[in-house]
Amino acid sequence: MSTTTLAGREVHVDAEGFLTEYDEWDEELAQQLADQIGVEMTPEHWDVIRFLRADYAETGQTATTRRVNAVGGFPVKKQFALFPKKPGKKMSYIAGLPKPAGCV
Amino acid sequence: MRRLLILGAGTAGTIAANKLRRMLDADEWDITIVDQRGAHYYQPAFLFIPFGRYRPDKARKKASSFIPEGVTRVQGVIDRVDAEARTVALEDGAELPYDYLIIATGTSPHPEETPGMEDDWHGAVHSFYTFDDAVALRRALAGFTGGRLVVHISEMPIKCPVAPLEFTLLADDFFRRRGLRDKVEITFVTPLSGAFTKPVAAAAFGDMLDSRGIAVEPDFMVESIDPEARTVVSFDEREVPYDLFVTVPVNKGAGFVGRSGLGDELDFVPVDHHTLRHAGHPEIFALGDAAAVPTSKAGAVAHFELDVFPENFVRIIAGEEPQERFDGHATCFIESGGGKAMLIDFNYDTEPLPGMFPVPTVGPLPLLKESRFNHWGKLAFEPIYWSMLLPGHPLPLPAQMSMRGKRVPAKEET
Repeated sequence: MSTTTLAGREVHVDAEGFLTEYDEWDEELAQQLADQIGVEMTPEHWDVIRFLRADYAETGQTATTRRVNAVGGFPVKKQFALFPKKPGKKMSYIAGLPKPAGCV
Repeated sequence: MRRLLILGAGTAGTIAANKLRRMLDADEWDITIVDQRGAHYYQPAFLFIPFGRYRPDKARKKASSFIPEGVTRVQGVIDRVDAEARTVALEDGAELPYDYLIIATGTSPHPEETPGMEDDWHGAVHSFYTFDDAVALRRALAGFTGGRLVVHISEMPIKCPVAPLEFTLLADDFFRRRGLRDKVEITFVTPLSGAFTKPVAAAAFGDMLDSRGIAVEPDFMVESIDPEARTVVSFDEREVPYDLFVTVPVNKGAGFVGRSGLGDELDFVPVDHHTLRHAGHPEIFALGDAAAVPTSKAGAVAHFELDVFPENFVRIIAGEEPQERFDGHATCFIESGGGKAMLIDFNYDTEPLPGMFPVPTVGPLPLLKESRFNHWGKLAFEPIYWSMLLPGHPLPLPAQMSMRGKRVPAKEET
């Protein structure tokens, strides 16, 4: 675990730059994280990110693509349009949440 | 009489019935278990059946043989739980009342969730997660003389998440032994960022697939299967062609969980990660694969949960607070072909690390490393499963994961 400076403050990140502390995130930071991976944030992007944040607070787990569709109401095709190629990874990166992972 | 009702007579339900029958006073507690299948399968065998390395009929025993005396076994299909009335309705109209409910109805594959997947089922499209599927795939592999084999994971979470990787490594070994390896292209298609996603395991095994000539197609979210063109298509419009497609379909919990309003979007039961207790209904618990907890869906997890859960249950029924905490502990063998296997040991917070298991530094089983010992360990486990684990006898394994015997690699190693 290491720290990096984002939006003028120090935050904790893992080896791939994913934030590790839920409470260190805010929307200003999210904007910078989005810039880093070339995602231009629109109101629709923000809706998805806010859903992920609220859902994590409730469940303690990053919502899967299926859950973002079934519970958040954003169809998978839409998720791919908003966060091309790797929506699961990109959404969690911008939302400051752990990325979806396997067991090994 | 107080009533404990257990739904499901698989690994978790059977261990729960055995342990709790011994712990709860027979004059005070009625325990009933609903068995939806009649058969109890040794599921690790499903990985070996397709390669002709395991006699299918050996994998199946009568579920009733493992239910202890003093527990009422009801055979039937569960229709619905009425959590307000505290009753469970079966499809045949029977109604079972409870004071406490354990949901242990596991997970099952749902190929119908992916458009086109069922159209050529047991034709060029196969799986190995049920007894029938494993047997059908055995026939398909025996007749496969060359072409493109695609091993595919539809979506996480799945039961036994290392099994697709094991299947891929065993397929490589299988075709090598038959002198066909140069005629078979093997591709591993996964929705995850790679075959290995945890840093230490990825560093240890990163070249394992590459060195065997197995291609990996990562970050692949399946949208549909085209059974005519024999391609699997992703949401970002990638297409992978196949001659033989071995998939792990979308895994879901039992349908009655969703119908009863007790499940998440995949019909798994959201419970406290450490006590396995339902938040909205404190008299309901979920054990094994049925629970929505962030660890592997695997028999080892059910076993470790049931090292912790019974003590908590006894406290809860005495009006006390649960004290023991399940830590997400999982231990899994990973067959890697050539008579070797790897072993991993991890929990909610700690990724698989190298070291020795179960006795620190002594082993004899090396963690996160290929070894013949691990292969023998995997084979030796089967009689232990039937005679020790299901009846709920103690195994010499710690319930909580231990850091003793593990090495945390220095930064530069990862």
